[in-house]
Amino acid sequence: MKANTVSKSNPWLYWFAVLTALATLALIGIGGLVTSHEAGMSVPDWPTTYGYNMFLFPINKWLGGIFYEHSHRLLASLVGLMTTILAIWLWLKDSRPWMHWLGVAAFLLVVAQGVLGGLRVTMHMDSLGIYHATIAQLFFVLTCAIALFTSRWWMKLERRPPARREENSADKQAVPEAGAPLRGLVLFTTILIFIQLIIAAAMRHQHAGLAISDFPLAHGKLWPDTSAEAVARYNAQRVSINAENPITAFQIELQMAHRIVALAILILTAMCAWQARGIGAPGTAPARMGNNSEPAETVPGAPIYQRLSLFWLALIVIQVGLGAATIWTNKAADVATAHVLVGALALAVGALWCAIAFRESVAAVCDRRTEDRRLPNPAAIGAQPAMTGNK
Amino acid sequence: MKLNHGVKRAVALLAVGLFSAGQIACGADIVGVITLKGTPPPEKEITPLMENPDCAKMHTTTPTTHFYVVGPNHELADVAVSLKGVTGKSTGASQPPAVLDQKGCLYTPQILAIQTGQKLIVKNSDPCLHNVHATPTVPGNPESNQGQGPGAADLTYTYTQPEMFLRFKCDVHPWMFAWVSVFDSPYFCVSGPDGKFVIKNVPPGKYTVEAAHRKLGTQTQDVEVKDGDVTANFTFAVK
Repeated sequence: MKANTVSKSNPWLYWFAVLTALATLALIGIGGLVTSHEAGMSVPDWPTTYGYNMFLFPINKWLGGIFYEHSHRLLASLVGLMTTILAIWLWLKDSRPWMHWLGVAAFLLVVAQGVLGGLRVTMHMDSLGIYHATIAQLFFVLTCAIALFTSRWWMKLERRPPARREENSADKQAVPEAGAPLRGLVLFTTILIFIQLIIAAAMRHQHAGLAISDFPLAHGKLWPDTSAEAVARYNAQRVSINAENPITAFQIELQMAHRIVALAILILTAMCAWQARGIGAPGTAPARMGNNSEPAETVPGAPIYQRLSLFWLALIVIQVGLGAATIWTNKAADVATAHVLVGALALAVGALWCAIAFRESVAAVCDRRTEDRRLPNPAAIGAQPAMTGNK
Repeated sequence: MKLNHGVKRAVALLAVGLFSAGQIACGADIVGVITLKGTPPPEKEITPLMENPDCAKMHTTTPTTHFYVVGPNHELADVAVSLKGVTGKSTGASQPPAVLDQKGCLYTPQILAIQTGQKLIVKNSDPCLHNVHATPTVPGNPESNQGQGPGAADLTYTYTQPEMFLRFKCDVHPWMFAWVSVFDSPYFCVSGPDGKFVIKNVPPGKYTVEAAHRKLGTQTQDVEVKDGDVTANFTFAVK
């Protein structure tokens, strides 16, 4: 990424990118409803719908599971169209070359995602649903990132002058940036959330309902019995309205992993919130969003970390509550889908935080290189004085 | 000419009679009763069915699930009973087709057994669209998913590999499902509401009888078939 490329903000482009991200979130929501209602295969053909052109399928036939699956397909088509427009718009109007390629990446990803969704139907492969769900999360992050990068706020960051070095610093090290102590933690937490979403997708696309039907205990214990006899007993006691597959020991262990990772994410986001409180406070590293001489409190965007961290923590707390509610309601479709949506939002917040925090690093490195090229090299001066003098 | 035809007919009838007698003489029945010990978990009302206008109008009360069909004296229905390890003796191709019907937005029957090579006809007696989604797990039995509108032609399925509890489901109405067990011999049956089962015309020999319930797993019992009928009772337990 060329950090200091100056680009003029385009509010229309920005709002269109925001709209695309919101449409993607809605698409993930309807996709969640499709899986929660076990309706993924209710339309046996693709890209047609019961032999009709997808866009001409009569509305009076949108019944039962068809309603969810067909709505998902139509919204997916809309998101595909919006992403195509966004990619073309970025290519034509954004002055940053890396944004052109980001638009192209979004276009390719949405096409791949559409084909994957279709193949999941035509090839009767449940496992493709896991990839479909995972790529959906990545695509949502990408659309959110494009919205962020086209925002006026981001453009302001890019237009700020290079970071100044400490005049008195002997080693000429740049001043540590505001997000520096949190970057590693935020990145790790974001990666963990992504892993958690993959685990969740694997759980949902086993089509076996709840492998553990109680919470906070698991089959009445802190760690459930997964012996063959115990699993047979759980299956005998499960009476479900839908045609769920029998549960297996692996599925029980997968849900336990999901619970443990959830706890780890909760602790990590709480740590982020705690550490973010100190950013910009007296005696700590200044919140450098640009010029280091400005007081931390007055630097535009300085409180972003505190706000982000609290919002992130709130999302994770809600998410844990929704996870518990998913079990207590025996995987009610609306609750389970809300759980999917908040998970997507939590991943996007972490990813955008990483983008903001690491942008500072990338920018700082670029600034330093630029400055190094401007300043004469002391070693070179000592070694070749005559040459320098002759010039 | 007329006499000739009468003779032919008499010979044919005699041959059929002799063949049937031979069959009876060569085989015996394995009979038994299957009972359930313990109290099964309560069945659930299929409330989504009543929330669907097309399906609700075909019912006056809310139907329930039928995982445990138990009689007043603990007789257990819907248990697939077969001779374990007896394969390659399918007469499915010459058997009449088995029928699975979609009626009142439910599959009837919910547990069914057929032979490899035997035709399975899936009907739609409902005035609404269903998708018939067969989800076998044994290689060689292909997964399929087809729409079947009201009044549409019957769908026909044939499976070449034996498989226990091959699931048929409707994703339009996800509470609709049935389990079809496919055996590679004619020696099988499904226990009735009185818990009784009969495996007919089993040739003399030693066998392992296997009883399989969708929720309660499988049980086996060794038997020896000689001249007369053999009894093999099974008791499943809910823990």
